Amino acid sequence: MRRLKKNYILKKQTTKIKTSNDKKKTQNTQRTSTKTTIAKKLGIKSYQKLPIICDVDTLRTLIRKKTVRVVDVRKTEDYKKGHISTAVSLPLAQIISNDTPEQIIQILENIGVSDNIPVVVYDDTFGALAARVAWTFQYVGHENTSLLEMTFANWKDLGLEIEKKNNTFAKTKHTLKINPSIFADAKYVESIQNDQNTVLVDSRERLNFLTEHIPNAKNIPYTMLGTDNSILRPRNDLKRFIENRGIKKDSEIITYCGSVGTLSGLAFYALKLAGIKDVKLYSKSFKDWKALGKPKTEFKDANYWDLSAE
Amino acid sequence: MKKKDFIKVEHKKKSFTRPDEKWGLEKETENFANQVKSYRQEKISDDDFRRFRLQHGAYGSRLRPDYSMIRIKIPSGEITPKQLEKIADLSESFSIGSAHVSTRQNIQLHWVQLEDVSEVMRGLVEVGLTTREACGNTVRNVMCSHFSGVCSEEIFDATPYSKAIAKFFLRNPISQNLPRKFKINFGCCDKHGLVRIADIGLIPAIQDGRRGFRIYLGGGLGAASFIGHLLEDFTPEEQLLSTCMATIRIFDRHGNRENMARNRMRYLVNEMGWEKFQKLILKERTILYMTTSESTRDLFSVHQFSHNLISNSILNKMKSNHKLPIVTESISIDSSSYTRWLHTNTVEQKQQGYYTVFVTLGAGDITSNQLKSLATIIQDFSLEGVARNTPQQNFAIRYVHYTDLSKVYKKLHTTGLSNSGALTITSAVGCSGTTSCNLAITNSHRLAKEVQSKLLELGFDVDDSLRSSTIKISGCPNSCGQHEIATIGFFGGATRIGNTMAPVYTMLFGGRSDKDSKLGKPVMRVPAKRVIEVIQKIVELYKQEKNSEPLDLWLDHVVNGNGPATIKNLEDIKTHLTPIVQLPPSEESPTSYQDYGNDVKFIAKTARGECAA
Ligand code: SF4
Repeated sequence: MRRLKKNYILKKQTTKIKTSNDKKKTQNTQRTSTKTTIAKKLGIKSYQKLPIICDVDTLRTLIRKKTVRVVDVRKTEDYKKGHISTAVSLPLAQIISNDTPEQIIQILENIGVSDNIPVVVYDDTFGALAARVAWTFQYVGHENTSLLEMTFANWKDLGLEIEKKNNTFAKTKHTLKINPSIFADAKYVESIQNDQNTVLVDSRERLNFLTEHIPNAKNIPYTMLGTDNSILRPRNDLKRFIENRGIKKDSEIITYCGSVGTLSGLAFYALKLAGIKDVKLYSKSFKDWKALGKPKTEFKDANYWDLSAE
Repeated sequence: MKKKDFIKVEHKKKSFTRPDEKWGLEKETENFANQVKSYRQEKISDDDFRRFRLQHGAYGSRLRPDYSMIRIKIPSGEITPKQLEKIADLSESFSIGSAHVSTRQNIQLHWVQLEDVSEVMRGLVEVGLTTREACGNTVRNVMCSHFSGVCSEEIFDATPYSKAIAKFFLRNPISQNLPRKFKINFGCCDKHGLVRIADIGLIPAIQDGRRGFRIYLGGGLGAASFIGHLLEDFTPEEQLLSTCMATIRIFDRHGNRENMARNRMRYLVNEMGWEKFQKLILKERTILYMTTSESTRDLFSVHQFSHNLISNSILNKMKSNHKLPIVTESISIDSSSYTRWLHTNTVEQKQQGYYTVFVTLGAGDITSNQLKSLATIIQDFSLEGVARNTPQQNFAIRYVHYTDLSKVYKKLHTTGLSNSGALTITSAVGCSGTTSCNLAITNSHRLAKEVQSKLLELGFDVDDSLRSSTIKISGCPNSCGQHEIATIGFFGGATRIGNTMAPVYTMLFGGRSDKDSKLGKPVMRVPAKRVIEVIQKIVELYKQEKNSEPLDLWLDHVVNGNGPATIKNLEDIKTHLTPIVQLPPSEESPTSYQDYGNDVKFIAKTARGECAA
């Protein structure tokens, strides 16, 4: 917490510095605004293309300009108690229980997401739920989706803008354009299991992994991926973790976790951030694998569970 | 009342943060990462890599060399809140979300993927810690009694000496390839500190106004254990360095490099004979002393250290005639949990008004969250702003003002760390056993926790006649659980009972680790699932004998064949215990033949031991 506060002060300072350096800024804004006007004349909106992680300053600017759809994936009760300005409520459960691409498109349309508008997703579960939702959006064709760099709790601790009103937006149209390159199912996992260039990554905690996992999987527990005040560590840290494991940049990586692809969703984005191009999510994960009766690797020769202090 | 308030304010103002010590080196973390890569690419051999890995504090985990147990050296056991927080973070990220206090003041992180070891090291270096030479054939973590500096019976604080010796031997070329591991322990007085079971054990002493030590050599626990010999009546401070160096050099030159099972220094002492060994050391020391410049010697003179940051003037100011909160008369199981805790987890310091508070862990396990809370408590309530870990696998928070004791208790309580009994028989020690060790036969770790919770439930912690007794459990004959210095010790093995294999412990009586250190005597074998009942029965028998002496002394008499009442000797007590250790046929009670933590048939599985590497 202490660290967080310090960061906030730093951030405030940088904002000040930025404003004092406003000549450049005006130029930039001018350029954007000319672009926008041309776009407006042509009847198309030009939107900013967001990176994997959206930082706080960018999101605040976008909110002010009203050129973003912010998606809150926490439970409805939590949303009602307060959320980031302009955010719409979309609890993860809704995504999980309506998981056909068509249903997801409908959900996007219902919360007013059109083809190119930037979408920023956040949660209060160290980014894992947000990641699962963001991946789903990207899978059905909403490329321009980004994860907020921090959780709602962090945002609140920084004293940033929060509101309580229930936001709704006019229904939009969204094209369905499946992106098969980021998706894996059991059949696919099975087909690549002995492939030299493919790495299967299990993102559950160490002890769960030791107990049982899909054969040949490597363990990158989700606990390695973030810090107290940011859902993912800096790119260089993540890169080093992957390099240490001898995973090559041009490998195909499939992530999975326990059941619905949340922890592995976060791992999906961590790997992306580390610069791996070909990452897929086995969204139904180990639960599905076991239900299908597929083989597992188990390790029963040590009582590691007895090391826990609880 | 007013006076108290004044003291309070003063006390808060003066608490300080200790400057970080730098034991770790950044470049070693990168080196480690590169070596792992080379090893994975098969550019270095298994054996070379293994030696390198151990030299850097990473053991192979049980039957899985692709995972490591990382041993973090805590020199003198002294650890800062910042370091605790870091260890919590590292455990959460790369280990299993909990850490483990060892019996030699190390903190261990288990089941870390080999590829992440360098990352853990990187984090440790940030807070000044190292894993360098925590394992392997080198000078291991230098221990110092957790009472050093606060013990009412000590002559002076050994901590600065302990740290200076640790500094001298860390990365020292002579420590890179000794015949075997080497252990140095500093004590504070005759009672505390495991000085007679180390290769070199030192107790502060003063002669003719000069500072110095009583030095014991050649002790150690293991498959064959020995109690250390006193080198000479008094070793003056300026001879400290040359004595330690002489000992290590003689060991390096004459130690057995062939037979791995017999290459600790204690075997050398035993084979050579103490007198001959002693002469050799003294001769070597003379040469060393004569070739060491005064300025080098001075590095080991305590006046150079600013360790004693808490000046007497501050302490004197805080003196007041307070009523001791410790209930001196005995308490009962019905006493409030706070009273019980005060009685069994706090010790008055020589600094008036200050207490050392013990944090009870289960076989040394503590979660990341608990580590973080502990860090805050230390920061808020310990005048010296650091804590020490203890060979009993607990933490000691020292310099807690008596007016703060109840607050500390409450804070510990909210984080699940307020168990009583830290200083009593209930605080059973257990090595890692089958939870992570390659050599383990039994789950000694879990057993120690089971013993602790059962004995606490029975209220053994409030019984003062049991207080000075100890229970220590190892998962194999190798003594990491220090079973040989316990009042009641156990080490794990496997035996066929009927036609079924079962985990069994060899039980020992009468060990102790003070000035009159003694090794326990093997008594009988006890199936794992009968250990708790046997302990209960021993206490019951002791009570029946209506003895005024504490349990450990009574057992000592029994071991020596002069029990004061009806139970005269070991045979007598065995007769009483034998019915309990009998198991029903395995068909009737399969669980009696299983180990703790397992619901399948017991099989003893081990792999190459790395302690021996
Ligand atoms: S005593 Fe045996 S089982 Fe326990 S840690 Fe040592 S080698 Fe392993």
